[in-house]
Amino acid sequence: MPPSPAEGGAAGAVEGGPGLAPTSAETVVSADPISAGLLTETGTALPTARRRPRVFRGVTGFIVRRTLLGVLTLFIASIVIFAATQALPGDPARAILGRTATPESLDALREQLNLNRPVTEQYWDWLTGVLTGDLGDSLVAGVPVTDLLGSRLLNSAFLMLLAALVSVPLAILIGVVSARRRDGPLDHTLSVTTLAVAGLPEFVVGIALVVLFGTTVFTVLPPVSLIPPDSAPWNYPKELILPTLTLVIAVTPYIARIMRASMIEVLESDYVEMARLKGLRERKVVWGHALPNAIAPTIQVTAINLAYLAGGIVVVEFVFAYPGIGDALVDAVANRDIPVVQAVALLIAAVYVVLNLIADVATILVSPRVRTALS
Amino acid sequence: MTTVAAPGPAVPLPKQRRPWVVLLAAAWRQGRTKIGLALVLLLVGCALIGPLFAPYSPTEFVGPPFEKPSADSPLGTDNLGRDVLSRFLWGGRSILALAVLSTVLGVALGVAVGLVAAYARNALDDVLMRAMDVILAFPQIVLALVAVATVGPKLWLLVLVVGITTAPRVARVVRGAALEVVERDFVHAAEGIGVPRTKILFGEVLPNVTSPLVVETSLRLTFSIALISALSFLGFGLQPPAADWGLMINENRLGLEIQPWGVVMPVIAIGLLTIGTSLVGDGFSRASIGIERGRAE
Repeated sequence: MPPSPAEGGAAGAVEGGPGLAPTSAETVVSADPISAGLLTETGTALPTARRRPRVFRGVTGFIVRRTLLGVLTLFIASIVIFAATQALPGDPARAILGRTATPESLDALREQLNLNRPVTEQYWDWLTGVLTGDLGDSLVAGVPVTDLLGSRLLNSAFLMLLAALVSVPLAILIGVVSARRRDGPLDHTLSVTTLAVAGLPEFVVGIALVVLFGTTVFTVLPPVSLIPPDSAPWNYPKELILPTLTLVIAVTPYIARIMRASMIEVLESDYVEMARLKGLRERKVVWGHALPNAIAPTIQVTAINLAYLAGGIVVVEFVFAYPGIGDALVDAVANRDIPVVQAVALLIAAVYVVLNLIADVATILVSPRVRTALS
Repeated sequence: MTTVAAPGPAVPLPKQRRPWVVLLAAAWRQGRTKIGLALVLLLVGCALIGPLFAPYSPTEFVGPPFEKPSADSPLGTDNLGRDVLSRFLWGGRSILALAVLSTVLGVALGVAVGLVAAYARNALDDVLMRAMDVILAFPQIVLALVAVATVGPKLWLLVLVVGITTAPRVARVVRGAALEVVERDFVHAAEGIGVPRTKILFGEVLPNVTSPLVVETSLRLTFSIALISALSFLGFGLQPPAADWGLMINENRLGLEIQPWGVVMPVIAIGLLTIGTSLVGDGFSRASIGIERGRAE
């Protein structure tokens, strides 16, 4: 799947001006968070007009408001997940077990899923369970979901971290180089490449890499990432290369394109002209003066793309049989293992919401103009 | 971009072309639009008329499993001994049909929500957009998988869930663009003479958000193709023995070292298709930026 990265943030953080669903971020020329409308909570005006209680004003106030909004979004997300999996009209037990189920097994499953009680009570039980770390038992493995997902969560987190650590610097490099050589042959090549790669589904990228490096053309890397349970993923560097590379290819193009747009804007500014005129070396001008200013407006898009990794790992882990939560989700869906599906969906939504929250706060902290508008 | 003469008192107004005609013309001038369109047409043609040229039925057993290409089956056989070429030629229709349907559904929903939200400018706006935000709290594929886990791998469900998760992304773009349009004089004028609200929204406001909508739609089509083919690759789309590019990749993965064609062909096809739609989308996006600049100057 494509980085639909831009997906826009959770919880009203990223409200769009024209063309700004950040998805289209790569098409938006201006990378400035204000003109891009990224930071207007109401979508119409910066929140100076409304009087708010003291705790909700200023930068701290913004963080408090955004955090509360994030918590609210997660709460509603939990209702959506629960409603979609357990409270649909009809009999979930029969849907899970199929037509051939015996009355006894149906009863047993209803008992296990608490289906005999009112929906609101079922939800309340599930929610308090989630908050106290009890996610129920897997219907297939019969063990607590937390045991099942514990080490997988670490594996997935490590994979995401690795992909982020490679793709962000790579994207910055591509963006800066393209901006420096604007409209030159290198810029055009990079632009067409990132554009073409950006829309490719991850599983297509993953399988293509397997064909290239794992099985058919060269056989230099393992085509599947078999990491034994209870061993740390960093002990298997060779197994990590292809899944990481797939995720890097999925998210880098978007960040690189927004980075290029931002860098072009900064390179045309007066202070860069000034730095050049006073005789600074071009290298120092670009990397020392222009880059820090160009990065700030791209934080939002970067974080949204990294949040996208949370969805991207589902397919990529399945392609490489990498033992993470994404692979567990696909298995659980195939087996109708509802408690595991609920837990992983909620986890991924949490990662998504938290990364968007961090993006908003980071953007506020690095953008003086927005900071002033808030106070 | 648009060739509007400098505004002077005596100059007659240039003939107004419809916004989407201007956009199409400007997009066509981009080289990448043509390349992208050529790729898309190639794959769509392959999916639509390909079955006519298939040497075998897609479900017919023609030899042992994972046989290398031969005169009888030019691309070899698949995991069950069916002809890879025939299955490939039959396998594009489902992905294209499902992706197009879900994109149409998503865009229709998104346009309706976005226009109503922008026009309402009151609590309804907030309620609609917060509801959209909840859907945006999940990656598209996760919501799709949750739905499949509950209902099972049904095709209508895939269209529905991909459409519904596409809608908020479209709604944001449409609302963002429409916010400024609903304040314009011609909208107030239409209100003044009592044009019904639906007619104002779809007759007056919608044509003025064409550019961002077209750009977003092409982007969404790319994502829908990717998502639908990914779901079918995971085994939650068309069920065996149907021929489908995503499913083929999954079925033939285990024989990759012996007979790669059953995997390589659909991978290339889906890859080229999404590259094509990306190029067309970028052509539209550049055209729309060009038009904006032309208007501003």
